[in-house]
Amino acid sequence: MHAAVIVFPGSNCDRDLAVAFERAGAKVSMVWHKDTDLPDGVDMVGIPGGFSFGDYLRCGAIAANSPICRSVVTHAERGGYVLGICNGFQVLTETGLLPGALRRNANLKYICKPVELRVEDCDTVFLRGYKPGQLITVPIAHHDGNYYLDDAKLAQLRDEGRIAFTYVSNPNGSVADIAGVVSRNGRVLGMMPHPERMAEPAHGGTDGKAMFDGLLDALAPA
Amino acid sequence: MTDPAITEDLIAAHGLKPDEYARILEIIGREPTFTELGIFSAMWNEHCSYKSSKKWLRTLPTEGPQVICGPGENAGVIDIGDNQAVIFKMESHNHPSYIEPYQGAATGVGGILRDVFTMGARPIAAMNSLSFGEVAHPKTRQLVHGVVEGIGGYGNCFGVPTVGGEVRFDPAYNGNCLVNAFAAGLADADKIFYSAASGVGMPVVYLGAKTGRDGVGGATMASAEFDESIEEKRPTVQVGDPFTEKRLMEATLELMATGAVISIQDMGAAGLTCSAVEMGDKGGLGVKLQLDDVPQREAAMTAYEMMLSESQERMLMVLRPEKEAEARAVFEKWDLDFAIVGETIPEDRFLILHGNSVMADLPLSKLSSEAPEYDRPWVETPPTDPLDPESVPGVDPIDGLRALLSSPNYAAKQWVYEQYDTMVMADTVRTPGLGAGVIRVHDTSKMLAFTSDVTPRYVKANPEEGGKQAVAEAYRNLTATGATPLASTDNLNFGNPEKPEIMGQFVGAISGIGAACAALDMPIVSGNVSLYNETDGTAILPTPTIAAVGLIKSEDEAILDLPRDGHVALLVGETQGHLGQSALLAEVFNRVEGDAPPVDLDVEKRNGDFIRANHALIKACTDLSDGGLALAAFEMAEAGGVGVQIDSDDMGELFGEDQARYLIACNFDQAEALMLAAGQAGVTVRTVGRFSGADVRFGKSSAPLDELTDTYRSSFEAALG
Repeated sequence: MHAAVIVFPGSNCDRDLAVAFERAGAKVSMVWHKDTDLPDGVDMVGIPGGFSFGDYLRCGAIAANSPICRSVVTHAERGGYVLGICNGFQVLTETGLLPGALRRNANLKYICKPVELRVEDCDTVFLRGYKPGQLITVPIAHHDGNYYLDDAKLAQLRDEGRIAFTYVSNPNGSVADIAGVVSRNGRVLGMMPHPERMAEPAHGGTDGKAMFDGLLDALAPA
Repeated sequence: MTDPAITEDLIAAHGLKPDEYARILEIIGREPTFTELGIFSAMWNEHCSYKSSKKWLRTLPTEGPQVICGPGENAGVIDIGDNQAVIFKMESHNHPSYIEPYQGAATGVGGILRDVFTMGARPIAAMNSLSFGEVAHPKTRQLVHGVVEGIGGYGNCFGVPTVGGEVRFDPAYNGNCLVNAFAAGLADADKIFYSAASGVGMPVVYLGAKTGRDGVGGATMASAEFDESIEEKRPTVQVGDPFTEKRLMEATLELMATGAVISIQDMGAAGLTCSAVEMGDKGGLGVKLQLDDVPQREAAMTAYEMMLSESQERMLMVLRPEKEAEARAVFEKWDLDFAIVGETIPEDRFLILHGNSVMADLPLSKLSSEAPEYDRPWVETPPTDPLDPESVPGVDPIDGLRALLSSPNYAAKQWVYEQYDTMVMADTVRTPGLGAGVIRVHDTSKMLAFTSDVTPRYVKANPEEGGKQAVAEAYRNLTATGATPLASTDNLNFGNPEKPEIMGQFVGAISGIGAACAALDMPIVSGNVSLYNETDGTAILPTPTIAAVGLIKSEDEAILDLPRDGHVALLVGETQGHLGQSALLAEVFNRVEGDAPPVDLDVEKRNGDFIRANHALIKACTDLSDGGLALAAFEMAEAGGVGVQIDSDDMGELFGEDQARYLIACNFDQAEALMLAAGQAGVTVRTVGRFSGADVRFGKSSAPLDELTDTYRSSFEAALG
């Protein structure tokens, strides 16, 4: 697997995500936001956490209009894989690759803590390392993770089995406890929790590692 | 716009005393211009010149084989082996945080991060020591919310994990909160950048954000007491932009890698003035600045405003001229300003040009070398009567514990630290909550432990012992993780130094800190002094915060487990039952009485070495401090999710705050081995109980762990959320 990790000027989990991909066995290229093209042979694009352009107004809105994001959208439309974590999820909703929007947390505060997630019954390569219904612990760290979409779209997501993760105890007010969703073809995942922060024993747990290992299983090592 | 005339009122408004102004006249032999008056005021205020504290700061131990660079640069530098260095410092942003809590605290974090990356280090850990007024005071809740959000808002966006800190409440901080921000960074030991300029005719380059009118006079404001006019001081508080700081950090580190940097200095207090003078002075050079070339955010800024602006996220650098194009490209990549604003000159001159006018022309070296230095009168703090233990009424020990757990001072602080990103960079091994924070040195098996400590009521009662205690507690918190303490940074917060009693607290505390740092081999490598923390004549508790860094050389040396059912509870160290100035006395009986617990530095060292030498026999360890054995046992039990039974029900034994003590959890066999080792090492170790079941029991009194946990976890938010 060849993963490209997009670097916006305010990304701050870019290295963390690259390390998680690499430890799972992927080849990783860091790609600057001003670049217009993804490197040849990239099958996975990672959009990391952070504050892409400061995110003082709508998180991810400026990033979604950066030169590289046009290529990311094209990559996804051609059936490429995209993983957006935290700010990356916000960027993906802003590009329209994923539905919904991330609002300010219900308590209006930044929240950083490990949370319990339920792995939903969702047909996507991102969940290959898990079983449906499995409970995993992964940290969240965000101010704007309160996922919103209207009832009709929620019903559609449910019908299409596109909810990947839900919170066992909703920390931020997200509709239907949603922590992560996938695109219709299952190849684009956006999630607020950080699997790359729970990927080694030193992190206090390895529940996030299974996602990266599962991806490598599915998308043969580079 | 014409500059105002230099009058007595104007001089006083710049915080300059008549004799200080007389010295200015003597140095330059004429009346200063308005801009020059501003420059002197910026360089000679307490915040920048350390004029009241310098004499005493010189007495602190600052050297050791582990020290690469001690005080005097932007931050201290410590060797951690393998050509790696840790660069760290703690600095206060007290005055601005009280006036404008969010921005005051945010820019405090920004300032300390800049100090660290200016030297070539990528910040890897942050901490904050916060002191607020009593919970019931009308301003406290707003300050706590603003300060915590400001710290989070800045650090989270910048991308540095906050791994530790303190939060305390006391009426003495009603009129002056304390915000002490710590940051540590990692660099290659042979690639540290310093501030001394070298070479004549070298370009002086301005980097980062544009200059605005924010923060003009900030350092002078921070060198004065508060009164009812405080609201008028809001414009002296700077506004932070962590996104720009993040880019500035990345661009600076990238720039350093190109070899373009001769010397570099961040613009902190007194902005352009302080940074330019510092670089010139250290390099024995003059500096010429052409202010028209300074990137400006606002129109029609005067020389005075530009020289005194404290706009954030700016740096000044002396550049290798042949690398200009390469350096400029780095800053363009990150969309930051890069402007040549002057050059180094051979003569001892600080020459400020604006348009065709000379706005300031001063002998540069005299701005720092001739800065006033005071030997302020001081009186020794009179000894406090020891507490009569008979005067402490009996109380059910579990009720005593409950009282501590219900107090925001001792309740769990997750409401605070969950607003901080504690895990970004994915190297955090222990998040805040129990003892020192621990992070891994990226891509190695080494770890670093961080702690920040002080018990202000001890320092008030007995400045010397209180000063020692702050260092000793930091030593113990690091030791309890298995770390070897390496060095410290001090953030000395006191009242008005012109009062001999306050100066006496300062002198006493420094003496204790110095003795402890020497005995425990934790030299002070950087620091900051914040004086005039008074409002309407009332001073804060003397609060010399000590932040310290320890090294865990490999995973095997770390003591990071939690107690499990069946573990023995072992107490290391002697217990006399010292209840003077204790948390129990303050929280249960509302009495602040007695002397601070004495600190025996030899015993501290011996007991600390014992813990490290026997790390393999220890599952979990915590130091004993406020709240004594009772609070330590509860905190360990709570973290491990297992009950604890302590055999004693003696108040002194449970709540006494004797020093040099640790609580250990380990297996029975390990306990036996530890006792044996203790006998040989001359260390006191005894069994005080065990971890098991679902209750917390002291003697015959007990309560369910769940119930106490609930109190412990909810009291802070209930009081302040």
